[in-house]
Parts: sequence; structure tokens; C-alpha cells
Amino acid sequence: MEQVQPTPRNHNRLVTRLLLLVAGAFLFAFAMVPLYNVLCEVTGFNGKTSAGFVAGGLKTGAAPEPVSRVDTGRLIRIEFTGTVMPGLPWEMRPLKVSMDVHPGELQQVSYLVRNTADRTITGQAVPSVTPGQAAQHFEKIECFCFDQQTLAPGEAQEMPLAFIVSPEVDRNISHITLSYAFFSIEGQRRTLSATAEAR
Amino acid sequence: MNTATTANGHPAPHGAGHYGGVLRWLTTTNHKDIGTMYLTFSLLMFFVGGSMILAVRAELFSPGLQLMQPEFFNQLVGVHALVMIFAALMPAATGFANWMLPLMIGAPDMALPRLNNWGFWLLPPAALLLTLPFFLALFGIGDGALATGWTFYAPLSVQGGMGVDFAILAVHIFGISSIMGSINVIVTIFNMRAPGMTLMKMPLFAWGWLITAFLLLATLPVLAGAVTMLLTDRHFGTQFFDAAGGGDPILFQHLFWFFGHPEVYILLLPVWGLMPHVLATFSRKPAYGYKAQVYSFIAIGVLSLVVWAHHFFTAGLPVPALIYFMFSTMAISIPLAVLFFCWIATMWKGAMTFETPMLFAVGFIVLFGIAGLTGLILADVAADAQYHHSYFVVAHFHYALFTGGIMGVMTGVYYWLPKWTGHMYSEKLGKLHFWLTVFSFNLTFMPQFFLGLAGMPRRIPDYALQFAEFNAISSVGAMILGVSQLLFAWNIWSCIRGGEKAEARVWEGADGLEWELPSPPPHHSWETQPVIK
Repeated sequence: MEQVQPTPRNHNRLVTRLLLLVAGAFLFAFAMVPLYNVLCEVTGFNGKTSAGFVAGGLKTGAAPEPVSRVDTGRLIRIEFTGTVMPGLPWEMRPLKVSMDVHPGELQQVSYLVRNTADRTITGQAVPSVTPGQAAQHFEKIECFCFDQQTLAPGEAQEMPLAFIVSPEVDRNISHITLSYAFFSIEGQRRTLSATAEAR
Repeated sequence: MNTATTANGHPAPHGAGHYGGVLRWLTTTNHKDIGTMYLTFSLLMFFVGGSMILAVRAELFSPGLQLMQPEFFNQLVGVHALVMIFAALMPAATGFANWMLPLMIGAPDMALPRLNNWGFWLLPPAALLLTLPFFLALFGIGDGALATGWTFYAPLSVQGGMGVDFAILAVHIFGISSIMGSINVIVTIFNMRAPGMTLMKMPLFAWGWLITAFLLLATLPVLAGAVTMLLTDRHFGTQFFDAAGGGDPILFQHLFWFFGHPEVYILLLPVWGLMPHVLATFSRKPAYGYKAQVYSFIAIGVLSLVVWAHHFFTAGLPVPALIYFMFSTMAISIPLAVLFFCWIATMWKGAMTFETPMLFAVGFIVLFGIAGLTGLILADVAADAQYHHSYFVVAHFHYALFTGGIMGVMTGVYYWLPKWTGHMYSEKLGKLHFWLTVFSFNLTFMPQFFLGLAGMPRRIPDYALQFAEFNAISSVGAMILGVSQLLFAWNIWSCIRGGEKAEARVWEGADGLEWELPSPPPHHSWETQPVIK
């Protein structure tokens, strides 16, 4: 077999390119965090609710929805549920388990939340809407989940919620479930208002 | 064919002769030394990971808790998987690449020899980090190793004990090691092939490894990012995966499986690259469909990056996403079927003999076929709702990774062992090892398909009484399987120590540059490169 001396090659260029690929992949993992949020918000995947409304009114820049049109031709049953996450000694239950609403109608309900511990605790509720396709059309005008809630020892509060189911919601949807998970935010360093806004 | 031994006219820049004893192995930059170290480490960790799961199978022999508490059971299950994947299978593949790539493509060494040394020596500390919490717990420090399963799912892993931190750092180090190994493979293949060896004349083993290396570079950093987020969630107050802070635990599953699914192909592609060599050798025919196999490797590599969510169909994904991931997953079976066809066609009408490597290769095709077919069942969204997180899944991925991965590696070990050591191994022991392995493997995992279909969930130390018989059979099979592997270790050990002298072309039908060199090849080989016509 014919043989030759190997030609020395400089590997630096290729190694640099491969390292760039590695760095790119690492950054991609972190870029997924905002991208994933945006995707969920735009599509309503994962039950993320619309960002069009926030505490105190409409988010600046967002066009007001034409909510005056009420679709009396159909009723949608809204079911309310809530869970208190481990680490928060609270109880919560909706005052109404379910209600039938016309799309476009402004409705109000409350959750009864009670602190069973003998100390003052602050919590944060995080909403989720099922099915996901309905999440974009479930608009909360006022919600206790927009802010952190503080309860004194043994205190019970009725926490209000005002919402509209937009008339654009798919005609196949007859039931919507709104679920809250109440978290303790003790010992968490970051403020959660930014979170609530994103919801 | 002895030029390689004489061409070393100038002082060797690296290799044997600088130091003796331990220092030689610590400082070596020779691809054969490093390959040997990778393979030895891999074999050692194969037994470590194996012992863990034998303890698990012993607990599962009968219902109820006999030998251990659930916490310890959970630790064994998760660390078993991490050890087998990161410390046994991946180093075995890298060991093959180190030993054989330069020989097969006619290169004098790997392109980046010092990086190569570093890549190997990161592995022992990583393995130590992974398993250390077991021993610390014996002294009352911490609460043991990672107990979340190897997938680190948040929020469990955010709440877990310090074993999670150890595992995160171990994965980081394993990852860095693999990335260095992959860069080395790619640079070696692109820059150091023998003159005249175009990419499409390259051995299929090199092709399989090339795709693996690119997959590793694209996905391991994503895993590194995900576990870094986990680490900051645990200790620095970030809330990437904490719903209370605006994060999302499902995001972790996306990030993890974006790495985790290609990882399956990372483990399998080097073996798929090896198979045609073995099948061609013992069928005494050239490998069928070279181009088709290369294109299938590439297609599978690309597809593997876009199918990850089939690992969590039941997490509540929207229907359009379910449908997309179902079809893209099933699409992988097309290039894989092409590979199966090529493997069988290579054997078709060949003058076949069944030495140990060929037995393992044929066993691989049959059993890995079962893995592929059961994978298609799991890919079906509607069916998956029943099978998800059951023993059906456990059986499926052991058919994929034990027969596809480990039996594939054993094929390579028996095939190349005479080349590495210069001695023939015991064919009799090898065949005994094969039949015991195949028998006990099926005895272990076939019942698990039925357990899964009957609804037994995985990762649980106790089970309902109706599962008792199948579990007992499975445990007995696992014990035989574990003990049989001692034959493998003994056969390798005896082969290193001595035995019948191996010729340069160990196997009659073998073809390729590596068989042009004597067995064992000299410390420095292909210092003048062969010219490929």
C-alpha cells in the first residue's frame, strides 16, 4: 500500500467553530425560557390566561376588547376550583362551585380564603384555565391573583374575581375550568408582581 | 505493512516511554492508551451500575418491603440509570472511537491528544461525585444520592436533598468530558483522514460516530443549561421551574428531553456504525447499501432533535403538539427500517459463520427489533396514555439500550479484542456468555412488558399481589444476567494476559485499514498515512 507523510493541519479554526456551536446550544437552553412563555401566551397552551388585562385596568398599548357584545345565544359553564400548595397553612374554596355565563357578560365571584396558622402569612395565587384553547378568551378584569395576599392569624377573607369570557371563544367549548394554586411566598426573594402581570 | 513501527525517526511528542507506572496513564496522550482507559472505566462502571439494579431487583422479588426503604430504592433506580448512561455506555463508545477511529481512517493519532487525556480524566471524579452521597449517608452526612430518578424532574428535584446537587455537578463534568471527546472526534474525522479517503469512502463506524458527535455538541449544552437552572432554583432564589414564581415545571421536561431523546441515538449510532463491519466480516460480503446507511444516520440524527415531547405525552400538551410529536416520532422508524434492511441484506446469501461477535450482532438485530416495534406502540398518543410510566416503558428502553447499546458494545469488544491485545479470546466462553446473556435478558425484560400492560407503574418499590409471579421471574433473570457478565470480564482479562496469537487480519472476511496493522498495533501507527485509491 502506498504511504505518504501526513500533512500537518491547523485544527484551531474547526475547534473554534465547534466551541461556538456548544456555546450557542447552551444559550439556546436559556433562550427557551422566554420563548416558551411567549409561545404559551400566544397560543394559550398550558392554560396560561390572557395578558390583555391587568390589575387596575388595561395594559397600556393593548387595544380594548369590544366586550359590549354579549352572545346570549349560548351558555358556558364555568367551574371554579382551587388548591393550596404544601407549605401554606391556608384553606380556600370558591363560594360558587360553578356558574353558567353568556360569552361577553361581566361576572363576579369570590373565593373564601382562611389562614389556619397563628401567624401572618403572605401568599400568591397562580391561575390556570382548562381547556387550553379557552385560556386566551378567559379575561380576568379584577383578580386577587394580580397581587400578593396577606392574611392575619385566623383571618378569613372573601377574595373577589371579575371576568369576561370573550365572545370569540370557540363554539365547541361548553365547559371552562378555572383553577388556582395558592403558594406561600415566604422566603422567596423575588417579587411576584412581575409574574402576576405576565399572567 | 510494518512501516508504522519504523517511521518514528523523531522524538515522540507523546506516548509511552516518558513515564512508567501510574504516571504513564495519568499523562498519556496516546489514543490507544486513552481508549484502553475509557473501556476499562466503562467496564468497571457497568458492574457498579449493574450491582445497584440487582439490589433493586432483589427488593422487587416479592411484594412488600423487605430489603430497603423506598428512599434508598429511589436512589438506586436513578443513579443506576445515570451510571449506565454517562459512566458506562458513553465512555465505551468514546473508548471505541479513541482506539479504532485513527486506525480505521489511517490517522497517526486523535487530532487533539492533550484534550483527549483531559476528557478521560474528568470521568473518575464525575463518577465519584455521583456515587459519593451513598457513602456520605453511611456516615450520617446528607440523606443519600439523587432520589428523583435520572430525569431530575422539577419540582421534585428542586426540593430534593444534597444528592441532587452532587448529581447536577457530576452531569456537568460528564458533559464537559463528552463535549471534549466529540470535538476531538469531529476534528479527527474532518482533518486527519488518510489521503484519498473522501467522506463517502469513510468506514460506517466513523459515520455513526460523526453524527453522534454533532448530536452531543448540539444537545449536551442544553442539558447543562437545564441543570444549571435547577441548581440556581435550588440555591440562588431563581424560579425557572417554580410555578409560584412564574416558572414552569413542564419547561424542565422540554429542556431535559431536548437532550434526552437525542441521547438515545447518541448511545446507539456508534453501535449502528459498527454493525455493518461485523455483519460484513462474518458474511464475507461487503456491507449492503453504504450510501443508504449514511443517509439514514443523518436522517435519524436530524429527526432525533425534533421529537422530544413523546417522552411526556401525558403532561397535558395541547392536541396539535401531540399529533406533531406522534407523527415525527413514527417517522424515525423509516430510516431505522432502512438500516435493518441493510443489515439483513448484508447477511443475505453470505458465507456466514457465527463467531461470538457475529452471534452478538445477530442477537442485536432481533432484540433491537423488538425495541423498535414496542417504541412504535409507545409513540401512539392514544395508546401511550395507558403505557406511560409503566413497566412497559422500562422493558422497551432496556430492549433499546441493553441490546442496542450494551450488546452492541459487546459485539465491538469481541470483534476488536484480538486486535487490541494481540491474543484470541476464548471462543467457548464468549459463546456461553452470549447465550446466557440473551436467555437471561429476555427472562428479565419480557415479563416486564406484561407487567406494564397489566398496569404496574415503574420506580415503585412495592406492588400489588397480582404482579408477584412476573416480578419473581424478572428478578431471577436479572440475577443470572448480572452473574453472566462476570464471564465477559473474565474472558477479557484472560485475553489480555495471553492466549492464541492473533493475526493482523484477525477475521478471515475482515476488510479495512485497521486490519492492515499487526495485532496488537504498535504504539504509534499510521505515522505515514496510507493512500486510498
